[in-house]
Amino acid sequence: MTPDLECVGLVKRFGDTTAVDNVSFSVPPGSFFSILGPSGCGKTTIMRMIAGFLDPTSGDIRIKGGSVLDTPPNKRPVNMVFQHLALFPMMTIAENIGYGLRRRGMGKAEIARKVDEALDRIGLPGIGARKVDELSGGQKQRVAIARCMVLEPDVLLLDEPLGALDLKLREHMKVELKALQAAFDTTFVYITHDQSEALVMSDQIAVMNAGRFEQVGTGQDLYYRPDTPFVAGFIGESNRWKGRIEAVDGGQVQLRTESGLAMRATGAGLAQGARAEIFVRPESIRLASSEDALSGFDNRLQGTVTSLLFNGAASRVLVEDDVGETLEVTLPQSGEFSALKRGDAVHIGWGAGQATCFGAG
Amino acid sequence: MIPTIPTSRAFRLTYGAYVALFFLYLALPLTVVAVFAFNDSQFPSLPWDGFTWAWFFGTERPQIGVFHERGILRAVGTSAFVAGCVAVLSVAVGTTNAFLFNRYEFRGKGLLYVLMLLPLVIPGIVLGISILIFSSTLANGIWDLAQMDIQALRPGLLLVILGQFSFITTIATLVISARLQKFDRTLEEAALNLGADRLTAVRTITLPFLAPAMVGAVVVAFLMSFENFNTTLMLVGSDAPLTIAMFDRLKEGSTPLLNAVSLLLMLGSSLLALLVILFQRRP
Amino acid sequence: MRSQSRIAFYLLLTPLVLWLGLLIVIPHIDMLLISLRERISFGVYDRSLLQYEKALTEPLYLRTFARTAVMSILATAITLIIAFPVAYYIAKMAKGRLQQVLFLLCLIPFYVSELVRTFGWMILLRETGIVSNLLQWTGLADQPVELLYTDATMMVGLVYTSMLFMVVPLVTTLESLDDSVIEAGYDLGGNGFSVLREIIIPHAMPGIVSGCIVVFMLSLGNYLTPTMLGGKDSLWFTEMIYNQFIVRSNWELGAAFGFMLLVLSSVIVWGMLALTGRTLKETMG
Repeated sequence: MTPDLECVGLVKRFGDTTAVDNVSFSVPPGSFFSILGPSGCGKTTIMRMIAGFLDPTSGDIRIKGGSVLDTPPNKRPVNMVFQHLALFPMMTIAENIGYGLRRRGMGKAEIARKVDEALDRIGLPGIGARKVDELSGGQKQRVAIARCMVLEPDVLLLDEPLGALDLKLREHMKVELKALQAAFDTTFVYITHDQSEALVMSDQIAVMNAGRFEQVGTGQDLYYRPDTPFVAGFIGESNRWKGRIEAVDGGQVQLRTESGLAMRATGAGLAQGARAEIFVRPESIRLASSEDALSGFDNRLQGTVTSLLFNGAASRVLVEDDVGETLEVTLPQSGEFSALKRGDAVHIGWGAGQATCFGAG
Repeated sequence: MIPTIPTSRAFRLTYGAYVALFFLYLALPLTVVAVFAFNDSQFPSLPWDGFTWAWFFGTERPQIGVFHERGILRAVGTSAFVAGCVAVLSVAVGTTNAFLFNRYEFRGKGLLYVLMLLPLVIPGIVLGISILIFSSTLANGIWDLAQMDIQALRPGLLLVILGQFSFITTIATLVISARLQKFDRTLEEAALNLGADRLTAVRTITLPFLAPAMVGAVVVAFLMSFENFNTTLMLVGSDAPLTIAMFDRLKEGSTPLLNAVSLLLMLGSSLLALLVILFQRRP
Repeated sequence: MRSQSRIAFYLLLTPLVLWLGLLIVIPHIDMLLISLRERISFGVYDRSLLQYEKALTEPLYLRTFARTAVMSILATAITLIIAFPVAYYIAKMAKGRLQQVLFLLCLIPFYVSELVRTFGWMILLRETGIVSNLLQWTGLADQPVELLYTDATMMVGLVYTSMLFMVVPLVTTLESLDDSVIEAGYDLGGNGFSVLREIIIPHAMPGIVSGCIVVFMLSLGNYLTPTMLGGKDSLWFTEMIYNQFIVRSNWELGAAFGFMLLVLSSVIVWGMLALTGRTLKETMG
């Protein structure tokens, strides 16, 4: 099957700086593809090149197999939901949604029918006569999507459209966007710096850093099997250390951190004596009151609670071990540790499989 | 010295009285002009000889009212024609200027911008004489070359229009630029993305957004042209706009007819100004 | 798309260049050239500095020039002093509706022609005018008083005419001053005077500069007020330009006068900008 969108060796330079550095990817039809990266990583540049507002320095962009480099932005079969939505404030909702159809020279009656259909589709029937500023943030969001979807684009681009919403609404819109994508059955390319948005909605995520793609994969791939230290550090949270490999044993290694903490970890292509970076997620460390409960773990430590960071389901404790290293550990919400307080002695443990390690320069 | 900071009663009263006095100073000349438009006398001064509408509607000498005084009516027509031309021209050029300065980076942009501001700091009379001199140089040159006398280049309405246009355009440019700067460029990109070409995007999105500023600029330009005196004085030919016609009469001695014209002028311009304010209040 | 954008650029550039070139730059160069020539006989001219020599040696011309400059500066200063408390009252003391109404009241007189305003002052101040009658009625004067045609009257008219152009920029800049900054000034031990000197006036400086520039320009270039309200023996420089051009048809000398006025205004505007370290673009744009 031809991919809906395909970028080949895409490069964009602004003067001396390379904003996008040889990026290639393809998006299969009907999927939800996200580009995730910190601000300034070049993701917006990719988006604007696909939409046609920027010309790539080199490389090709193909939609349904055909190159669109010579197609001006108003003729490309892609539509875009802008970061601040860019709804036309001087028009009503219906006029906004009908804008693209009018540009195609469609008849009045048919435009009206299509607009009504789109409003039904996004669950806001009968608001066509209202002005843009009479809508709530979430409603505007849906109108911006409907405005693109009436044109039946091959690919819908979304440029951090949830950024301006408050937290509660953002959580809600994540679910809704995914549902809209399924309902319209159109390819969505979504860019964001918010990993939770990308993880929740996407079929495939590309993690981008400094103009390059670090890893492309499903949310699970990125979370459990990061390819690079950047991905390991960027997705989710981690305790991270620098250290040296002391022994290699198949896929597992024995290492010691700079502060003297000994640990078993997983990592490929590492030689004895090599320097390494180690990542352990707070949620993969098990907290226990006695050492017996941790017998199944490769790494076990005893320490003191130095601080309780209460944050509901995401609560953590900071545990300081004998060598003075501080680890962040997720606090289970099963009630077992509800009496835990500062100064308490605890045991912690984690498996070698949960400690990911990468060679470091 | 703001309401939240306590001040003495005496200070507050003095301050209030000062502000009241200021507004009295502002209102005084206009009020007397308006009041004496109704004085049933040959002179717009005391004693008060009773109330009359004659200076508006009178048909017989010596009290010929505004609406029956040919000279004044013709001058109003001339002024309206000039002001209309100036308003349309200056807003058109002001709009293209605003787009140029807002959308393009080019060499010499800073210099052109300062040049664009200059008409604001050139005295109106100097602006008038420089255009008078240049147009007559042109006319003489054409005569020497081709023995043609271009009447349009001699003092007259065309020169009055160009003279007023030369500085009112700066104001139109500033008014429209200020609005264009607030325009969110992504709206235009969104229009392109939805299938509009550049010109259509500007026509359907940017110009409607600019409309309030353009209407405001038309009215301001119209009023400024209507009441302009200095530049017009140097360029006027045989068709005198209203301010010049009134000035000529004022030099000969005034009658309440001038008060009546002035009162109508005040009403007219306040009404226009009010319209603009209402128009721009509308979201 | 590239070439389309270039075409659009030139289409937008053309009106600007035509306007500035044909109506501002070239006419002023032409005026300079005319002022630098001397009429030998009919249609025969010579390059010469004669006009400027005349302008700078004839005491009447020189005195008028200096008088116009000094009086304009004086008018600017008086306007600033009168307008500042009012602008402050509108921006900071008045709230809500009152604020809007006062601001509009300030604007309305200036939608009316300068001629009408000057006419109003004439009705008030002439020998048979309101003020003269009022003075006689109250017994302060026993015969009609002529209040027109003095420098003081002219000053009243000049200040009145330019008031709006001082009040509006002042209100705009003062409004942008956060109340809490003034409160902080008091909180840290300042009194009314020190807060005014160290916080309010420095903040209002951009408005003060642009207001002063515009008022100065308007006073310098004013023709109506000095002609109608000023004394017969106290000429204004614009009147001399008018006389040379229209009455005597001596364009060479008139152009030289025009150029001197232009230089004077440029020097003073430039001086004001330099003194406050601002650019024309910031101040007017």
